[in-house]
Amino acid sequence: MEAVKQETCNNSITLKGSAQLVSEFFYYGINSILYQRGIYPPESFTLKQQYGLTLYTTTDKGVKDYLNNVLAQIKDWLEAGNVQRLVLVVTNVDTKEVLERWDFDIQHDPSYGPQSIKEGKVTGKDLKVIQKEMRDVIRQITACVTFLPLLDCVCAFDLLVYTHKNAEVPEKWSESAPCFISNSQEVRLKSFSTSIHKVEACVSYKIDQ
Amino acid sequence: MSHLQFDANLNEALRMDGELTRGPIPRWQRKAQEQGIHSLNVNENSPYGQNTQWKSGIGILFIPNRSTTDLERSHHLLVSSMEASGGEKSEADELSLQQKEYQEKMSENLNDGQPQESRILSFKSKAPQAKEGYVNNLKVLYSAGKPTVPKAASVRHIPSVPEKVLDAPELLDDYYLHLLDWSVNNHLAVALSSSVYIWNAGDGAITPLVQLEAPDYVCSLSWIEEGNILAMGVSSGVTKLWDVGQQKLVRTMGGHQNRVTTLSWSSYILSSGSRSGQIFHHDVRIADHHVATLSGHTQEVCGLQWSPDGRHLGSGGNDNQVNIWEKGSTTPLHTLTEHQAAVKAVAWCPWQNNLLATGGGTADRTIRIWNCTTGICLKDVQTNSQPSVLQVSSVLWSSHYKELISGHGFSNNQLTLWKYPTMAKVADLTGHTGRVLKLCMSPDGQMVVSAAADETIRMWKCWGVDKKDKKQAGSGKGHPISMLARTIR
Repeated sequence: MEAVKQETCNNSITLKGSAQLVSEFFYYGINSILYQRGIYPPESFTLKQQYGLTLYTTTDKGVKDYLNNVLAQIKDWLEAGNVQRLVLVVTNVDTKEVLERWDFDIQHDPSYGPQSIKEGKVTGKDLKVIQKEMRDVIRQITACVTFLPLLDCVCAFDLLVYTHKNAEVPEKWSESAPCFISNSQEVRLKSFSTSIHKVEACVSYKIDQ
Repeated sequence: MSHLQFDANLNEALRMDGELTRGPIPRWQRKAQEQGIHSLNVNENSPYGQNTQWKSGIGILFIPNRSTTDLERSHHLLVSSMEASGGEKSEADELSLQQKEYQEKMSENLNDGQPQESRILSFKSKAPQAKEGYVNNLKVLYSAGKPTVPKAASVRHIPSVPEKVLDAPELLDDYYLHLLDWSVNNHLAVALSSSVYIWNAGDGAITPLVQLEAPDYVCSLSWIEEGNILAMGVSSGVTKLWDVGQQKLVRTMGGHQNRVTTLSWSSYILSSGSRSGQIFHHDVRIADHHVATLSGHTQEVCGLQWSPDGRHLGSGGNDNQVNIWEKGSTTPLHTLTEHQAAVKAVAWCPWQNNLLATGGGTADRTIRIWNCTTGICLKDVQTNSQPSVLQVSSVLWSSHYKELISGHGFSNNQLTLWKYPTMAKVADLTGHTGRVLKLCMSPDGQMVVSAAADETIRMWKCWGVDKKDKKQAGSGKGHPISMLARTIR
């Protein structure tokens, strides 16, 4: 009986675990986008095994630090249930025009509040199933290169986080414009769910005239 | 003003402690009047409270005790709630419901579908930009310009035009299918949608073999090593074996739920990969032909090849994985996930048994060479160093030279010859106007045939052997594999 109990514990996750998983997914997802869209030179990436895939992650110290800082904060917000959406915006450095928008919509199941950590409340969803769903989303991100237009200019990226109005905002963060694309086409991607957080992905890009 | 009057009336009606001035006379009064009793005494000492009436002959009439009810407060609450709803009403008058809805929608749209209680934040110190002078090398995906790549020195003449061009009407432009195979008897089998034709490379005769009934179409072709039996994977999930010499259907083998996209023979074992991701081994000699199921892929299997020594099977799938299976095993020896796109091109090296070459789709654009014993990637040709590798649809190893040929899609639709192991480019063979779908080698190893989405089949004499060389090859010289090495195992 004890063994069975432990096994179910191993396979299910708490709110903290879910926030960890989701922010980890963002790390690999964002790295994949940066590599696949050629925002940084391919030499600055290294291969890493994750979700049963081999993914490219950045070795550039600046980018790495930036991602770690942002994702650590996002993890805190995820635990508090304050983040609604994460958007990766690709802009043209010279004209500041927004060219691409990778949108990750996050839904938080309110029954898993901060209280649930103390209670040790866990979900029934198997970690393997969650990782499989994440793998499918990352595969789709990779496959997007086949239809997205070429980014034929020097590009930069930025991460926007949509939070609740009453979320605590650290000093290092500031308000931003939503950075919409004036003439865009939207493609919906697969979604995944840890059964605490549900993440729906979609990419919108500028249509060439 | 009518609503003010209404309010006054309502207030009056709602006052519970006021005198009843309207409405029908209560029953007890009516009865009393009928019986001639005109005055009602309020009995102060009544046990039922001051408002209780006791009248003999009429019966007990109970009026609840209201002393505990805070009438003032109830009235205030009622009235104030009425006022509140009234206030909203008047606001709604100014701004009709439709307008309000419109405003909400507008602000939602302006805010990207978010209700306004969210705020958009970004980290103040931004990520560093890519270093200056960096040009997005994905350009190769879109541009049609010829890339400049250092070429390997080659002493032999490689004709840049095809030896022969065959017309292939209705050849399906589907990356996952294998519609071409060349037998040891010099027969080239081609699947054009639902029909299969055999082109005799010796005399150029064309024989129609079979025409399937719609909506079935042929997904894959593979000749048995002896060259007399052609295996045919059909979209309905069955695999058919045809005796080509007698033009006779020998056997139909079911099992797959989905189309059979790829086939590979290893003596009497025919392996078939399906859209479901499963690979079946069929022993074609026995009645119960389905002898093993390999389920290592989660999506369509699009590349399948037995090694020349029959000890390993290499499979590539739409799940971007390459699996290497040992003969007789149903769990993969190695699962290689380095490719970033579907792997259709799978080829074993004819002169070194443990070398496997694989090529990925558009998102990957890489040719990788693996050591199948260790599962280590020995070489990878990527867009970084060779901006000419695009969607790889097929890879073949030469049996005469230490070279590989790869077929590509988009922009140039070319075939590229590579030196092994330096992976320097020897030549580009261009001519196709649609993406190259499949490559096959002639039985003598000198010619390569390519089928492309432009509905043509072209033959390239890229590995031609001079007569002089041939003599040397016969004596074991000038040949990559000496006869001695071939016999020693």
